[in-house]
Amino acid sequence: MNTFLIRRFLQSLLVLLGVSAVVFFILHLTGDPTLLLLPPDATAEEITRFRQVMGFNDPVVVQYLRFLKGAVQGNFGESLRHGEPALDLVIERMPATFELTAAALAIALCLAIPSGIVSAVKRNTLVDYVSTVVALLGQSMPTFWLGIMLILVFSVRFHLLPSSGRGDLAHLILPAITLGLFTTARITRLTRSGMLEVLGQDYIRTARAKGVSEPPVVWKHALKNAAIPIVTIVGIELGTLLGGAVITETIFAWPGVGRLSVQAIYNRDFPLVQAAVFLLAATFVAVNLLVDVIYTYLDPRIRFR
Amino acid sequence: MNHHEAAESLVLVRAGARGEHEWLALLGRLVRRRTALFGLAVVLLVVVGAIVAPLISPFDPLEQDLVHRLRAPGWQDASGRVHLLGTDHLGRDILARVIYGSRIALLVGCAAVAISGALGMAIGLVSGYFGGWVDDVFMRLADIQLAFPFILLAIAVIGVLGPSLWNIIVVIGVSSWVIYARIVRGEVLSLREREFVQAAIALGSGDGRVLVRHVLPNAFTPWLVVATLDMARVIVVESALSFLGLGVQPPTPTWGGMLADGRVYLSTAWWLATFPGLAILITVLGINLFGDGLRDTLDPRLKV
Repeated sequence: MNTFLIRRFLQSLLVLLGVSAVVFFILHLTGDPTLLLLPPDATAEEITRFRQVMGFNDPVVVQYLRFLKGAVQGNFGESLRHGEPALDLVIERMPATFELTAAALAIALCLAIPSGIVSAVKRNTLVDYVSTVVALLGQSMPTFWLGIMLILVFSVRFHLLPSSGRGDLAHLILPAITLGLFTTARITRLTRSGMLEVLGQDYIRTARAKGVSEPPVVWKHALKNAAIPIVTIVGIELGTLLGGAVITETIFAWPGVGRLSVQAIYNRDFPLVQAAVFLLAATFVAVNLLVDVIYTYLDPRIRFR
Repeated sequence: MNHHEAAESLVLVRAGARGEHEWLALLGRLVRRRTALFGLAVVLLVVVGAIVAPLISPFDPLEQDLVHRLRAPGWQDASGRVHLLGTDHLGRDILARVIYGSRIALLVGCAAVAISGALGMAIGLVSGYFGGWVDDVFMRLADIQLAFPFILLAIAVIGVLGPSLWNIIVVIGVSSWVIYARIVRGEVLSLREREFVQAAIALGSGDGRVLVRHVLPNAFTPWLVVATLDMARVIVVESALSFLGLGVQPPTPTWGGMLADGRVYLSTAWWLATFPGLAILITVLGINLFGDGLRDTLDPRLKV
């Protein structure tokens, strides 16, 4: 088991190294980043001096190693707009993004797992059809449109919930639903198909034949095995959620990392963009490592691969 | 046909990819699935609508009428022409813009899927067939790709390169290959061990020939399912980028751009943001229904 986890840990480090390379090279896509970083009306003299100070005259590999050295020490340079260390600005916004993502994931799990199970158990009944259609709609609906429609109905029309900002629970409801719907749909469908597969297996028939009543068969015997793919997808869906948070935060003026990075891109504040993208990617990698650890407990077979 | 090929085709006559008859039979089964058929009908409707947009559009999508801004759906102008879905903040007809908006969505969808599909197919074939360090390198690259919040990567790259139709297609295309590569790789891993592939190798076919003639046709079915379902995702991504102002630039009508305009007038004119979103929803739903049906018909075990 330890070799598996150690290998996964080393792989994660490798992935982070790759992430840092991509983040670094985004700035060098157009060749010389000086023109991206300076305001358009900078004089030739300013450009030369800036290039010197930032070390843009060095070979790209030297620049990358310098960037990497800084990144390891948590130094992504100063935000061009705010004049503060970029990493600090991002970390400051992290709790808001985590709050939103966690709420969305909680909504998704609370809705999706029960409805997926009920859908599988009561296959081809009205309940199943309704749940399937809702899941299909949820999977096809663009996040940003859903957010706008929710604002239209609940904020503009009925004045029930606030449409922007972060604060009490009421502020969290609309953004969390917006962000969580797609994931809810995905997990519902996965739970349904997973349960259908497990419920058809021999050990379930045996349990029923031995007189175990229906609820424990479904909730104990079947769910335990159907849960394995759900745990995997939660790790992957977290990437979807962190990405979706970028859009959701923009719509609801939610002060998280997503909105910060979109603003940073508009302001051409690239040190801030680099720090934000790197931190979000690192979060995703860390969570997936964690998922793999949980996985080895749920499915002991994996330890011996 | 030389001697070698003749021997090969004898061995492989029944083991290769699906023949024409089988495809027809599959089409028949697909058509009998009502939801898939419905999805296909919706998709065809949108595609045909995009192609013949100038014929069916009631108005010029760029024609402004600043006197008659933000008119509600069903509003009739002085000459008796009806704006079925109303007009926007510049007095342009929303129905016309929704119809023309499908062109960008479908164009980006098809082009980006072609790029990422080809890229993923090539990587999956090579990775699965050769294994070893080649496979390791590509699979780590896949992990790195997946670690990025996709939309943020797209925004950052387009933020640097500048928004244009071509940049959007390339960014989405180049960063969406992972799912194709993984599915194709999985297929290749099992195909590699099958008799007909081993036979082709034993008969002296080169790696390139084995891959293109024998492995690729058999890995095509799952690839097609993934491509169909991915098209839906790409259309949503294109709209999201347009919504953030990083898509195809105005005045070209895009669904995402229309939504962004409509968001500003949410409290006074609900129809601005509602209809382009519905257009996205219907298109994506159609593609998803069709893709689900395709998967259930072609490859029910596929987990996508």
